Amino acid sequence: MHITQGQFSFLPALTDEQIKRQVKWALDHEWAVSVEYTDDPHPRNTYWEMHGHPMFDLRDPAGVMEEITACRLAFPSHYIRVMAFDSSEGWETPRMSFIVNRPDHEPGFRVERQEGPGRSLRYTVRSYAVERPEGQRY
Amino acid sequence: MNTAQSHVERRITLEGEGVQRVLERVNRELVGLAPVKARIGQIAALLMVDRARRELGLTTEPPTLHMSFTGNPGTGKTTMALRLAEILHELGYVRSSHVIAVTRDDLVGQYIGHTAPKTKEVIKRAMGGVLFIDEAYYLYRPENERDYGQESIEILLQAMENDRDDLVVIVAGYQDRMDRFFQSNPGLHSRIAHHIEFPDYSAEELLTVGDLLLEEQGYHFTEAGRQAFADYLERRMQQPHFSNARSVRNALDRFRLRQAMRLVEQGGSLGAEELAAIDAREVLASSVFGKASGR
Repeated sequence: MHITQGQFSFLPALTDEQIKRQVKWALDHEWAVSVEYTDDPHPRNTYWEMHGHPMFDLRDPAGVMEEITACRLAFPSHYIRVMAFDSSEGWETPRMSFIVNRPDHEPGFRVERQEGPGRSLRYTVRSYAVERPEGQRY
Repeated sequence: MNTAQSHVERRITLEGEGVQRVLERVNRELVGLAPVKARIGQIAALLMVDRARRELGLTTEPPTLHMSFTGNPGTGKTTMALRLAEILHELGYVRSSHVIAVTRDDLVGQYIGHTAPKTKEVIKRAMGGVLFIDEAYYLYRPENERDYGQESIEILLQAMENDRDDLVVIVAGYQDRMDRFFQSNPGLHSRIAHHIEFPDYSAEELLTVGDLLLEEQGYHFTEAGRQAFADYLERRMQQPHFSNARSVRNALDRFRLRQAMRLVEQGGSLGAEELAAIDAREVLASSVFGKASGR
């Protein structure tokens, strides 16, 4: 199951050239770009691990691309996303977020139903991959 | 076959209007420095030819553009680095014309493990443009073997080698110390293609620098003032801690202070000419004239 989170996730994977141009867009708006990774891509897992520091005051995407390459090398089959944080007043939030790396095989999620009192049902999604311990998931 | 081909060969003219514009500006704004300008002109020409070769499909090796600027204080090293970034940008060798100017504190950390991320961060910030390391010889402190400067140099070397397309590094510093610095870091020396020496200014050139700087600020010398300034320069150049154009700029700032004081004390109504003129009185009040050979 192809996980769709953030921007461009319904499109085919971005090429490095396309990633570079997206990052350039973010840098031109003076947003701080950072690289994050995780092997628990549950939709409610907002906080991924950060790879390196967030990169402030960059002018050119080459530095970000280097960080992405380094992260892919270290975590070849993790989910890796690029975030652009806007620190200007009124926003103070990520303005961009898109996945730049995903595992070859994505087992996806299953729905779990829990019976509650009075025949009520609670639903939750559970990732197949997360059954295994961290580091062995993908 | 070959001759037939050469008849229809594509011809290309060297484009360099933007470059010419910047070079002309360098010529106008920076007084003297003939050898430096000649060298920059050569580099610009090489890059133009290189670009034309690439367009015609000839093999080109991307040129190494890392440079070292050596010279006494105030000889225009930083200014030249800024202009050079513009030239390289015009020619498409760097993607933007920004210059990140750093010194030792920006690169070297305070404790173990602090240096590498710090240096890498600076390199990332400079990517796509020019990294200007002022007083680069401070990076290497032979007297302290635990100094983290060496680590920073190694990371820089790596970046200079691997990110040649993304980064141009310019190291700058005083001649003698830079020589010693390169002696102890031969790897750095060999990775820098262009070693450019900035000569000291002559008294005449400094006088022109003074005129230009005053003009920028909307002032000018009176006839007597200019004469006095020439005298002043002659004396000042003999004194220790003379730093070329920087000393001139500082002197001009002091002249402006004295002129302002004189006008305030004088009172009355003033015309534009009086407000803009730096007279001999301001110049001659300088301490270089007073005590025969004092500081």
